[in-house]
Amino acid sequence: MPETNYQTNQEFFVDMQRCIGCKACEMACAECETNGHDSMIHVNYVDRAVTIQTTVQVCMHCDDPVCANVCPADAISKDEFGVVHTANTARCIGCSNCVMACPFGVPKKNEAYDLMMKCNMCYDRTSAGKKPMCATVCPTQALFYGTREEIARMRPNSSPVNNFIFGNEKVSTKVNIMMPKGTTVLRVD
Amino acid sequence: MIASLNKKALIIATLVSALVIAMVFYGSRELQNFDPALIGYLFGTVFAFFGVVYRYSVWLQRPPTWMYFKRTWQFFFKGKVFAHLLFFGKEFVQNIGFQKFIYPRGRTRWIGHFLMAIGCTLAFAITFPLTFGWIHFTMNAETSLNPESIRMYEAHFFGFKIFEFKLGSFIAFLTFHALNWCSWLVIIGVLIFMRRRLTQAGLIATQTFEGDLLPLILLLAISITGLGLSYDYEFMKGMAYDFMAVTHAVTVIMFLIWIPFGKFFHIIQRPAQIGAHIYKREGMKRGMATCPHTGKEFATQLHIDDLKIVTKELGFDFRLEDGSSHLDLSPEGKRSRLAMAHLKARQENGGKLFG
Repeated sequence: MPETNYQTNQEFFVDMQRCIGCKACEMACAECETNGHDSMIHVNYVDRAVTIQTTVQVCMHCDDPVCANVCPADAISKDEFGVVHTANTARCIGCSNCVMACPFGVPKKNEAYDLMMKCNMCYDRTSAGKKPMCATVCPTQALFYGTREEIARMRPNSSPVNNFIFGNEKVSTKVNIMMPKGTTVLRVD
Repeated sequence: MIASLNKKALIIATLVSALVIAMVFYGSRELQNFDPALIGYLFGTVFAFFGVVYRYSVWLQRPPTWMYFKRTWQFFFKGKVFAHLLFFGKEFVQNIGFQKFIYPRGRTRWIGHFLMAIGCTLAFAITFPLTFGWIHFTMNAETSLNPESIRMYEAHFFGFKIFEFKLGSFIAFLTFHALNWCSWLVIIGVLIFMRRRLTQAGLIATQTFEGDLLPLILLLAISITGLGLSYDYEFMKGMAYDFMAVTHAVTVIMFLIWIPFGKFFHIIQRPAQIGAHIYKREGMKRGMATCPHTGKEFATQLHIDDLKIVTKELGFDFRLEDGSSHLDLSPEGKRSRLAMAHLKARQENGGKLFG
């Protein structure tokens, strides 16, 4: 990667309970230069039959990304800042292994391009010291990008969690999910 | 360093390289038709074969790659071989020949890539057999001895005469300058891609010099120095031809040596895309997987079952307490389950919204 101004003290914090489903993040995501104007963020109804609650999902940028491990074409890589990059366009063979293996359901397969695409934390912006597009437009700050000190001051009753359990698998990530104060892990099963 | 080499890949690559050398020896009729001036190119090409086969063999040993490779050939040979061959042929023309998947990503991008691809493929098809001594040209002895007749030139493949053409004819012009046409195609393609890489912010942020710009520079250098050879003997009376020839050889040999390590390896990897398509097609015949959360079909059951095997081999265990797997969920189902788990944690903590 070229020389960057990536701010290592800034992190991504997601608070699902604040998502109002406005989809401003979807529109903003499509402005990201690294996606080629395709939106990579997910806003979906949790359980539409019983609730209007929506949830927002960005790439969690796992420490040991399953998507990169299951890629048969070595198309996904993690950089020195822990950002897991979208598929290398020359290598990706569009098999969807990453789409089906990601425990957070993040990568998207674009059928017309025969290519997997995913959030790379707006690398064109974050590498220049700016915040990702989605976090800059989220009206409820369900998506927040800043320092740990800032989030601790703003959300005194929350704890950022970046450890997850899916069945027998423990996954730790670069991106945090805001949980009730004192929580250290989010169990999904 | 030697200890870190992959033995299996080393053996396969050595055998293939030996086979290439043997084919050069016999294909050139025991070096009778081999052009010694091309010896540098031959070394570069044999090294490229060795490197490509070595890397390919290492690549195939990765669990996800091996699974696709194994399954593709299993499907290919288990009945309906001709149907698969037909599908393979169609896909090869569309995806390898015309790279149709690039067109929706951008028309100019497709034009640039197609020009580079066709230029390189044609150049490979001409230069490899020439370097190996499989193709050579001779004057037709009868016509050359008779000053009254039109002089004919003959092309030989593996020592067999395959066609002849009149010297000075349009076909001769096209044939003798074939590599020049390739160079122009590559140059136009490279310039389109250079412009993209130097102006688009998303690419500037993520590209690397050695991974993305150097391959373009190398292709440009090969094409320009190659055109320089013709320019030299056509317009400069062959002055400094040795210098031009060496410069061109250096750029080409650098390119050949670089194939196994850099971006050009994607040329070798790309046919795997057809394998992935065969895998999906066969999987659909066998049945789809339904997401337990959304109740909708989302992938082939074969794919989900194979992923369970591959993730296990890679050291991931997504089995849940009830005996099912987190991998049984569709991407949407996984996102919803995560949100539901978040809600559950909140409810266990008094149920109130927290800030």
